[in-house]
Amino acid sequence: MGSHPLIALEDVSKIYRMGEVEVHALRGVSLTLEQGEFTAIMGASGSGKSTLMNIVGCLDRPTSGRYLLDGREVSRLSSDELAEVRNRTVGFVFQSFNLLARTSALENVELPLLYGGVPTSERHARAAEALERVGLLDRSHHHPNQMSGGQQQRVAIARALVNRPRLILADEPTGNLDSRTSVEVMALFQELGRSGITVVLVTHEPDVSEYAARILVARDGRILSDRRRTPKLAAAALHEEHAS
Amino acid sequence: MSWLMTFRVALRALARNKMRSFLTTLGIVIGVGAVIAMVAIGDGAKARVEQAFASMGSNMLVILPGSSTAGGAMGGFGSQPTLTWDDLKAIQNEVPSVRYVAPALRATAQVMSEDQNWTTSVTGTNPDYFQIRTWPVERGEPLAASDVDGAVKVAVLGRTVVDKLFGPSADPIGRIVRVRNIPFTVTGVLSPKGQSPMGQDYDDALFVPVTTFAQKIQGGLKNYVAGQILVGATSAGTTDRAQRQIVGLLRDRHHLPSSAEDDFSIRNLSELASAQQEGTRTLTTLLACIAAVSLLVGGIGIMNIMLVSVTERTREIGLRMAVGAKGAHIRLQFLVEALTLALAGGIAGILLGVALASYLASSLGWPVLFRPDIVVLAVGFSGAIGVGFGLYPAHKASQLDPIQALRFE
Repeated sequence: MGSHPLIALEDVSKIYRMGEVEVHALRGVSLTLEQGEFTAIMGASGSGKSTLMNIVGCLDRPTSGRYLLDGREVSRLSSDELAEVRNRTVGFVFQSFNLLARTSALENVELPLLYGGVPTSERHARAAEALERVGLLDRSHHHPNQMSGGQQQRVAIARALVNRPRLILADEPTGNLDSRTSVEVMALFQELGRSGITVVLVTHEPDVSEYAARILVARDGRILSDRRRTPKLAAAALHEEHAS
Repeated sequence: MSWLMTFRVALRALARNKMRSFLTTLGIVIGVGAVIAMVAIGDGAKARVEQAFASMGSNMLVILPGSSTAGGAMGGFGSQPTLTWDDLKAIQNEVPSVRYVAPALRATAQVMSEDQNWTTSVTGTNPDYFQIRTWPVERGEPLAASDVDGAVKVAVLGRTVVDKLFGPSADPIGRIVRVRNIPFTVTGVLSPKGQSPMGQDYDDALFVPVTTFAQKIQGGLKNYVAGQILVGATSAGTTDRAQRQIVGLLRDRHHLPSSAEDDFSIRNLSELASAQQEGTRTLTTLLACIAAVSLLVGGIGIMNIMLVSVTERTREIGLRMAVGAKGAHIRLQFLVEALTLALAGGIAGILLGVALASYLASSLGWPVLFRPDIVVLAVGFSGAIGVGFGLYPAHKASQLDPIQALRFE
């Protein structure tokens, strides 16, 4: 632990074949992300940022190059092995929340544990714990259609947290939220970063990327720029707004 | 993921589209219901045929004398007396697979009580006759061997004859009936036997000792049996053997050269019965096949809905995969859903089938036989249909790419 970065991409390329045409989505990307780092990946559509996120999130395999996740080579695993890696190590947050309809918040949060084979009582306890962490324990038995967008996204974050992942990937998590709720969600991500979880945020909104400590800009399948800086504190922003 | 959880997830998914699930299940309900009802009805029809043949007589062979030829016109079997009383005794004594032998001499005659008269079939026979036809007396005594030996003037009456001559409630035992003006004492009343498969009333008959019949009613032909000989084989399985042995014996006794035709004819009722049963079995199979086709259609309905469901829930599948579901998890989930639909349909179908069969049976007056094996078969078959037709949609779901699935609109 600590001797190696959580994520290490070495000359990773991804080529999609669309009929006759080959699409080079990634062209030799090398990248390391440390544990607890809050990184935003920015870029226009077609820049390769989604492909990058899919590979980092073990949803996809690179065409060439190596991907070491927590020191383990995962770029050549089978889809079932990748599913296991996702289940144990990665949490996902999506733009459209992707909660199961007509299913309580608690059961939505339990979903990853179901596939991880966690026994029932522990499952309930851990899901409740995750909901408490996002401040929604009192909504455990609400269904998604009984909750606001911000609440739904927090349930989704609780679901991403419940398997105690090393990495959380958020794909445009604020895309369907108003600005105030967006800041709330960012505050949550910053808090997770402080607790040692690596957060990778894919966004095209500069406002949102301000909360990340490191900003990667992708273009044409390459990393165009990579800068680190002091992030804006979401909790403070909320406080200010409250005061004014 | 445990089986129970998988099942709960399946139930919830099905409950999300109640009407659709119900309609999909309906295909299986109708299919299974039809199979069960058809087989039950077919079995009922078969049992009815069996009953009918059992009432004619069990393991029975009928021997008819040969035909006469007068001026080129063939008289048909029975027109020429070729069977002797010695033949009858020989069959009795020399054929090991024969248990009972009875002559049946018949005449239609007017019979009279003190104040009523009725025309009925009068049969001269011996006690074996009632064994062959499994026809016990309801009241009084059956014909006895001593009645035959002594040519005693006694009569055993069928139920219908009793009703016509004495009235339904009367006890005719000990009273006198006159057959062609010869008085007979009634010693027994036979239990009601009902109708033949052709609608003839078995109970419209009167029986007297064969010796008395030959002397008093028929006259002439002392050495020949002027009627049929009924033979009861030792069991259903030995009927055919008994037939072959009797043919051999009679040809031998009648000194027929091997080129000559038999001068008698033997009818094997068990053959007729099995042919009839074969007929109903064919019908049952046909009906069950038609019903099975509707079950197949039900299965296709399940497949169709499962395919729709997979498409509708593509994002859900993508999400499940993203949080760690393997292909096998997804496949199992959809299989269990299809199986649940099919089994629910199967169980409801059994209830429907049982209800349908009972209704039809009571309105047609047939016996209905439910075979547990058919119920088990129907449930098994509908389960197999669920798995069989669910397999493709489930496989399709499990092969989805999580990235594509998550992006699916």
